[in-house]
Amino acid sequence: MSAKYIVPRETCDMLNVDYDVVVVGGGHAGVEAASAAARLGKTTLLVTMNLQTIAQMSCNPAMGGIAKGQILREIDALGGVSALVADKTAIQFRMLNRSKGPAMWSPRVQSDRMRYAEEMRLTLERTPKLDFFQDMVTDLEVEKGKVVGVSTSMGVKIPARKVILTNGTFLNGLIHIGDKQFGGGRSGERASKGITERLVDLGFEAGRMKTGTPPRVDGRSLDYSKMEEQRGDEYPGKFSYSSESTTLIKQRSCYITYTNEQVHEALKEGFDRSPMFNGAIDSTGPRYCPSVEEKINRFAHKNRHQIFVEPEGWETVEVYVNGFSTSLPEEVQARALRLIPGFENAKIFRPGYAIEYDYFPPTQLFHSLETRLVDGLYFAGQINGTTGYEEAACQGLMAGINAARSIDELEAVILDRSEAYIGVLIDDLIQKGTKEPYRMFTSRAEYRIILRQDNADERLTPKGYEIGLIDEGRWKDFQEKQSKTEFLQNWFTNHSIERDEANAVLKRHGLSQVNQKLKIAKLLARPQLGVRSFMHYKPLKDVVDKHNIKAENLEQAEIALKYAGYIGKEKENASKLSRLESLSIPKGLDYSKLASMSLEAREKLGKLKPSNIKEAKAISGVSPADISVLLVYMGR
Amino acid sequence: MQLEDTICALSTPQGMGAIAVIRLSGPEAFSILEKTFDPFSERHALPSAAAYQNVYGRLKEGAQVLDEVMIAVYKNPHSYTGEDLAEISCHGSVYIQEQILKLLYKLGARPADPGEFTLRAFFNGKMDLSQAEAVADLIASENKAAHHMAMQQMRGGFSAEIRALREELINFASMIELELDFSEEDVEFANREELYDLLNRVKRVLTKLLESFDTGNVLKNGLPVAIVGAPNAGKSTLLNALLNEERAIVTEVAGTTRDAIEDELNLEGVKFRFIDTAGIQETDDLVESIGIKKTFEKIAESKVVLYLFNAQLYAENPALIKAEIQALQEKAEDKTLLVLANKIDLLAEKEIFKDLESEDFLLLSALQKTGLEELKKRLLAQVNLGALYQNNVIVSNARHAHALQESLQDIQRVEEGLNSEVSGDFLAMDIREAFKHLGSIIGEVDTDKDILGNIFGKFCIGK
Repeated sequence: MSAKYIVPRETCDMLNVDYDVVVVGGGHAGVEAASAAARLGKTTLLVTMNLQTIAQMSCNPAMGGIAKGQILREIDALGGVSALVADKTAIQFRMLNRSKGPAMWSPRVQSDRMRYAEEMRLTLERTPKLDFFQDMVTDLEVEKGKVVGVSTSMGVKIPARKVILTNGTFLNGLIHIGDKQFGGGRSGERASKGITERLVDLGFEAGRMKTGTPPRVDGRSLDYSKMEEQRGDEYPGKFSYSSESTTLIKQRSCYITYTNEQVHEALKEGFDRSPMFNGAIDSTGPRYCPSVEEKINRFAHKNRHQIFVEPEGWETVEVYVNGFSTSLPEEVQARALRLIPGFENAKIFRPGYAIEYDYFPPTQLFHSLETRLVDGLYFAGQINGTTGYEEAACQGLMAGINAARSIDELEAVILDRSEAYIGVLIDDLIQKGTKEPYRMFTSRAEYRIILRQDNADERLTPKGYEIGLIDEGRWKDFQEKQSKTEFLQNWFTNHSIERDEANAVLKRHGLSQVNQKLKIAKLLARPQLGVRSFMHYKPLKDVVDKHNIKAENLEQAEIALKYAGYIGKEKENASKLSRLESLSIPKGLDYSKLASMSLEAREKLGKLKPSNIKEAKAISGVSPADISVLLVYMGR
Repeated sequence: MQLEDTICALSTPQGMGAIAVIRLSGPEAFSILEKTFDPFSERHALPSAAAYQNVYGRLKEGAQVLDEVMIAVYKNPHSYTGEDLAEISCHGSVYIQEQILKLLYKLGARPADPGEFTLRAFFNGKMDLSQAEAVADLIASENKAAHHMAMQQMRGGFSAEIRALREELINFASMIELELDFSEEDVEFANREELYDLLNRVKRVLTKLLESFDTGNVLKNGLPVAIVGAPNAGKSTLLNALLNEERAIVTEVAGTTRDAIEDELNLEGVKFRFIDTAGIQETDDLVESIGIKKTFEKIAESKVVLYLFNAQLYAENPALIKAEIQALQEKAEDKTLLVLANKIDLLAEKEIFKDLESEDFLLLSALQKTGLEELKKRLLAQVNLGALYQNNVIVSNARHAHALQESLQDIQRVEEGLNSEVSGDFLAMDIREAFKHLGSIIGEVDTDKDILGNIFGKFCIGK
């Protein structure tokens, strides 16, 4: 190993390697972190309590969805692994929000839960420089404000230059089902002890969050004829831009059914034993993912709630009852469930439960996801107060990248809010913190028109290549795709279609005729027309064949031309902001005098002395209102 | 800009008065004063003064006594600026004022920039931006109406109205975002009619506020009134009668008033700016024709046009007058035109009166000062005083009006988008712009807290 190691080589006969990066936890954040660090050339160890549950989907068996699908595409564009694994283990694909503008199109797959975990494990096993160890990390080794390793419940001390904590819901996890409580990080798995206490000793502020999951049932006991079928897309897409994955040929359907008044009455009988209502749980759960008892309680006027019946895989009979998250006593769950149409004879595999766990308000981090308090220590995923596999995975990826870069003394990669949802997510966490589990929504992104699923590669693959996670093969493919799209765009802009040909297309769509030839781009600007409207126009067919143009090129060119006005305006808005952000702040400014700023902002600005507005904004606790005061003071 | 130093300025008007007040604010305010202030008794010593206290003593420069003064002490943060602040009441001679200020400069204070006391109050969290702006207006207000309006803004009435606007806009944005982020949810989406309804409510508030800017601007800057009429119709006499003083030149030679003269009249607390003009009669005289051109320029600047004619002339040739009225109506379509028949005291025939009255002319004699009350009443009717005294919010600040105008345009674009059925994500772009423009008055909108919070509060979201 390299001689410049500062960490004294404490014997770790057990593992026999000095690790650059130790990742604690093997969930969706942990696997991305470990994979990225190892692929960036760092000796990496993934320590997890159970090597059988790597990349376990602990909630619903699905990846993507609105805003989340965009994140998954971004992970892929940067060179992460989750999108590829999701493609390879998908059992259904749907592009959500097709009827909206292209920024809203959101890919989502239904996944084979067991296959996902297996595929991810195999992917990691194929990664050189990545090792595995099964044990519970119970303590952190910190010297002079710098992390130097971890130690485990078996007493193994593992020296490391960087440590990434991705503990998910395991830190002092407490599971509730009715009035029963037991320690655990997931159904059937132990909780993790020691790390929270150690971090609090080091000066970290800790908080408590709550989330929940619905029961899983035996699909053989359900009557699907009483439910609505929800099929996958006729022409399924996929997440990864790479050619390593393919689109689905066959798919499995989901089913929709509804609760009713009888179900609600049956649930209410258990309310006195509900940990949500009897005070056993007082931590914050997400408002957008309430348990079914909270739905009934808060929205009493609604006499039914939607239930999605989601298969857990190609082969398994286990079924996930999405929409029925609950922590009521198991017998209440069973009674209520059997009152739902199609569930009359339902057999429960595992009851739903609520779980409380520790998190650390993410305002204690830098944008690189390194903690402000301890050098070399990074947090990613639910430990930062987020929820969702995609949210966790993208943080893991960024923490892995930045830990590796920090060893090489390279600048941290920080994505801008106008560059990626990942940038929005991390910036929100650090600037605003979060009191409830944070999930991504498109409305959180002020520049969502440019943060689309179709152009994630355009936005981020050059960065991924520069970082070193995109290999030469993919880089070549990307460049080829870009040049084809650009060529096609120019062709649409410059190619005139004869009057009669144009009118044939217009007539088919019931549109009024034109009286002279015109550019195809002009026609594409009409809301009713798309590239598909011209697919049997011979000159286009010839161009597509000659240049081997693919569907993705057609789609991208169409979006670029059709929405050019909106996209241009959004880009202008983003660049206006970046000009404002580059304004420099006078040296030696005494913030303590600006009392219309919050006290916290004054203190932090005074201490950190940002040199421009962008840096000032990046400081957690400095609100947009504080920035306005600063701008007024600077005479803007 | 600096906030670390201590500033001072004369706070009463320039010139001699019985007393004058000099204000001193900043961290050194009291230590500067201590060097020069000689209290009459221990009880009046500065270091022991309470947070609010008046102290009495002499200001000395060396052994020389400058003046006997009363100093009002306000200790930070219990002062107007939020800093240590002293108000020195001295005797009002210009010499004394100057000597005291010079002494304070010598001891380390610097002259305050215009508005700097208020600016410091803003930075020290004593008031929000719109309140600070209101203080500036309050100081500048010259009449009752403008004063009332500034007071209202300072007390936060404007901010409250804007908050209501913000709420409506958040409701609208929530309905749009609901369709986008939660399209997979089993919730009822707003139909187009509901969206138009919400949008119209936003537009109504914006338009109402914008319309009030007209009133606000009039109250702050006065209502411009152009007086137009043939030479010798009695324009200057009328103006003098209204003003009760001989300001415009009044002679018996037609066309004496060549330059437009402005004069101000305060009617029931509202300022009217009268612009006397030359006539609009066709003429070969070069000077006169320049005057006519000027007249039309002045009309363009005014809100109300008073057309004045000699009633005797009307008796001889009504067609001529009517032609002029028509010409004016065409030139100044968007103005209020009041037609005044002057010199009715010189009319012999009663028949003419009937004729004049039937035309809805205002009959008056500027010389005899009859009919003036009715004229004043009609002028006042041009200003929406009802809104002011019913405590409706009136926008008087041009910056606010501009921000409101911009956001109204954004909202109109949203409406166009709704009409052409574009997807919600594009509508949201213009909504965001509207929030941004209003942001300078109402503060930024936090999508998470405001819009998502609104959605989660109203709809059952979540599988």
